[in-house]
Amino acid sequence: MIKKVESNKKYEEYLKKTQPKPNYFKNCLWAFIVGGLICTFAQIVHDLFEKYLNMEHVEATSATVMTMIFIGATLTGLGVYDKIGKRAGAGSIIPITGFANAIVAPAMEFKREGIIFGVGAKMFILAGPILVHGILASVIVGFIHYFLKR
Amino acid sequence: MRTKKMGNQTIKFKNPPIILSTASIVGAKEGEGPLAKYFDKIIEDDLYGEESWEKAESKLVEDAVRLAVTRGELQLADIEYMLGGDLLNQLIATSFAASKLQIPFFGLYGACSTMTESLSLASIIIDGEFANKVIATTSSHFATAERQFRFPLEHGNQRAPTAQWTVTGAGAVLLSSTGEGPVITHITTGKVIDFGVVDANNMGAAMAPAAADTIATHLKDTGFKPNDYDLIITGDLGKYGKEIAIDLLRKEGHKVKNVFSDCGNEIFDHEKQDTHAGGSGCGCSAVVFCGYLIDQLKNKKLNKILLVSTGALFSPTSSQQGGSIPSIAHAVTIENVSIK
Repeated sequence: MIKKVESNKKYEEYLKKTQPKPNYFKNCLWAFIVGGLICTFAQIVHDLFEKYLNMEHVEATSATVMTMIFIGATLTGLGVYDKIGKRAGAGSIIPITGFANAIVAPAMEFKREGIIFGVGAKMFILAGPILVHGILASVIVGFIHYFLKR
Repeated sequence: MRTKKMGNQTIKFKNPPIILSTASIVGAKEGEGPLAKYFDKIIEDDLYGEESWEKAESKLVEDAVRLAVTRGELQLADIEYMLGGDLLNQLIATSFAASKLQIPFFGLYGACSTMTESLSLASIIIDGEFANKVIATTSSHFATAERQFRFPLEHGNQRAPTAQWTVTGAGAVLLSSTGEGPVITHITTGKVIDFGVVDANNMGAAMAPAAADTIATHLKDTGFKPNDYDLIITGDLGKYGKEIAIDLLRKEGHKVKNVFSDCGNEIFDHEKQDTHAGGSGCGCSAVVFCGYLIDQLKNKKLNKILLVSTGALFSPTSSQQGGSIPSIAHAVTIENVSIK
């Protein structure tokens, strides 16, 4: 009965007018601040590694990445990272701590389905697409770089 | 010979089934909401002493059924049929509970419309004189729904303003051919309506046309006016979906605004509890009905209500394949009338 007066197209337009939109400005601001804080913190860790452990730049980078992954994973396990992510959005998803979160969260979630089909199979359910497309992109960029250099 | 049908989609019962008792069990978050005092039991831990969320949800169903039967002063063996369902694949929450309860069982899938779907069919069984005691039940659990439909719990993602929060809870209604209590006088069975909404973060918008369609059909079939009801309450349209349904009905010439509400809008305090557009899930209309609404009916604060549980009939597969969200709503009229 309702169908006669409302077409799908008209309904879509109606929804566009009436439904609330996310507050993009607020979300961007949160993402900028939290993402910035995570990166600043990592930079401090990096500098400390160089200064006090006498690491080379590249060596300190690897150590920093490992530290940040450890922190991201720990905060996920403690149930804190999802609360940060709720506000920060991309600000806490894009840094490597977010990558750790994307792997640890499903691993925790699916441990009840067992080590093989639970943790093993579902661990990369969120990070898998990032790896696949990230590696693909790096290969393409590698080719472009190779041919441009010649 | 068809004698109980009114209009195209409505049945008027000759022997209206009586709601002998109800039971509602909810999770901790629902227990902090505005309707907390009406629920029979609030569990402190969402695992409910079990090893997994799914087992916890199943235990919610089992305990709700047991509680409703006890309150009706009956034994499990007195119940002739159990009708119910949940949101999980292959209805594991309800089926596993039915395995323990040992009541002849029909498993139903109507997504979040399952409360009124099971009530409708249970009423038909009783009015048709196939049984005297039938139980209708349904459940949902925030954690089981999240992992099946969305993301792992600990993943740090952001929710849309129109997203809803799946209610953890189970409700059970014990219907009887004799006894005291509010009665079910009419049911209107909905059609699947699809207005092409693809956004799984705005299920209120997907389901509102189905709710409006069923309510408009109900009013047409029965000849009732919106004001004949003390309350017309939808299942889980949420804050925004509710407004859409009111708007769609207004365009059809039905002024429902003054008597209209939504269970998903009532169960949480959206600002304080951070539930965005409101509650959802099979358990939403189930516990609001079995806890709050039945209390209002018994205390005569409400005397005639139309419960319209709403369901979004999609799956993660259909959604990932770009499919829209077909929706359904079933309406049940519950009244205080004395039946001898």
